[in-house]
Amino acid sequence: MSLFKQLLRAPLSAKFGLAVIVLYVLVALFAPVLAPYGETQVVGEGFAPWGSEFLLGTDNLGRDMFSRLVYGARNTLGIAFLTTVLAFALGGFCGLVAAIKGGWVDQGLSRVVDILMAIPQLIFALLILSVVGTTATSLVLVIALLDATRVFRLSRAVAMTVVVQDFVEAARLRGEGLWWLVSREVLPNAAAPLIAEFGLRFCFVFLFISALSFLGLGIQPPTADWGSMVRDNAVLITFGDISPLLPALAVALITVSVNFVVDWVLHASSGLKEC
Amino acid sequence: MNSLYKLLVQRLALGLLSLFAVAVIIFLAVGMLPGDVAEAMLGQAATPETVAALRAQLGLDVPALTRFGQWAWHLLHGDLGVSLANQRPIAELIASRLANTFSLAALAALVSVPVALLLGILAALYRNSWFDRLLNTSALSAVSFPEFFVAYILILVFAVKLNWLPSISNLAPGASFGEVLERSLLPVLTLSLVVVAQMMRMTRAALINLLASPYIEMARLKGISPARIIFRHALPNALAPIINVVALNLAYLVVGVVVVEVVFVYPGLGQLLVDSVAKRDIPVVQACSLIFAATYILLNTTADVLSIASNPRLMHPKG
Repeated sequence: MSLFKQLLRAPLSAKFGLAVIVLYVLVALFAPVLAPYGETQVVGEGFAPWGSEFLLGTDNLGRDMFSRLVYGARNTLGIAFLTTVLAFALGGFCGLVAAIKGGWVDQGLSRVVDILMAIPQLIFALLILSVVGTTATSLVLVIALLDATRVFRLSRAVAMTVVVQDFVEAARLRGEGLWWLVSREVLPNAAAPLIAEFGLRFCFVFLFISALSFLGLGIQPPTADWGSMVRDNAVLITFGDISPLLPALAVALITVSVNFVVDWVLHASSGLKEC
Repeated sequence: MNSLYKLLVQRLALGLLSLFAVAVIIFLAVGMLPGDVAEAMLGQAATPETVAALRAQLGLDVPALTRFGQWAWHLLHGDLGVSLANQRPIAELIASRLANTFSLAALAALVSVPVALLLGILAALYRNSWFDRLLNTSALSAVSFPEFFVAYILILVFAVKLNWLPSISNLAPGASFGEVLERSLLPVLTLSLVVVAQMMRMTRAALINLLASPYIEMARLKGISPARIIFRHALPNALAPIINVVALNLAYLVVGVVVVEVVFVYPGLGQLLVDSVAKRDIPVVQACSLIFAATYILLNTTADVLSIASNPRLMHPKG
């Protein structure tokens, strides 16, 4: 069945999710074209109401809310995506190597991951950020490392079921090297669950970064970012104005959409009919 | 039976070991900086004198191993050190906040666990009905919402539009119990919404997994009512995964309070932690992290012990 046909038969929730993801990616790519004002440009009074000049009003410093929302898509999505890719490169590779090598390599890596996972993620991140300071680089590296532990667990577990198969044994007997075993034998057979995990992991990372930014410890001003936009303008909510909720809604919408798509991918690949 | 004890003791030992490892990591985190923490913390204000003073205050002038020994020794005696920001003993700063945070998490647990179990069982009972689909979709959405989004929506609805509840939960010392309850209602509700969704989904999944097994089919063929099948036949066997999920979510609650406390200006440990990270008040960050991590490990270990104790196959292993 072609990909297009599969898409047509997808449930409504998955179609909705895909549409939202495509929309977000387009907004992120074409942010400078779509935004009427600059990312950090002060264009008027603080907290101006919605209107024709400022579509969604202005924020606490008088910057255009709509423009910042658009740029926020680029910054927040970009950083979350980069972090997830790093986490996967590190955790996925180590997991596969641990499964293939076994023995003390596996033991060593697994125990390190056990210990790292014994600390709640948010607390660990706060601890490290308090020491190294909150810059975008340290943010990406710390979260990538913490999420790599979760990816490691999964990729190791999936790879374990693959490495015991005959074709891997055959490749080993042929004398193939580690890189060949990882990329040509194990990875193609472990791809489906890993792709689904990538979606879920992206959601976690995205929510995590937004939460940190909301706490004022994530992406630093004046960079437009959805988490800190909520924090900066939260005071408006007590006056019944919903504009500070828009960035939060943007975060919620993309995570729900990714979840819908992942749900559908998992369901379609498992071939389950009930439940 | 012997092997069960062995398993439990092993698990407890592992819990203690991870606690120790965590203490070491939290301690070492400070030494991770290339260069010197004292210089980094002072930033612009770093003159040779201030750096030396701060180094002495942090105890950086003695070897790391001695320092760890002293830190751990004081820790075991309940001495958490002194805050860099205001020179007050950390134990004093933390004491009242700790009680606030735990009571918030406990209230949320009290609300969310029964609701989640009930909804999960109902969803399993009426699986694939519109009720189940509705629950499932809303649970999936609730899991993917950031906590601050849920919190602000609740504020907007209940505090601003309806004006039923206060939007911030700044507890005055000596407030009456009713007042405390009223002020913590919105934070409790926020926390509950997030964990209920997760627990409900897992309860449903655990039950539905079991419903495919032959002994349930047998019960169904005997003509037992669906409710009785769930409560009498399926639930006891689903207990292990459910207990596990409940404990994991309680562990999550203790950490999840951080964001919620900040939104509602609730005077708890989470807010202290966030403030201290911003101020780079490292001794306070260390103390708070240790408390959070210890609670987390404790709950995770409890989850493992309980799920071992409630699993008949682990209690009576073959061979």
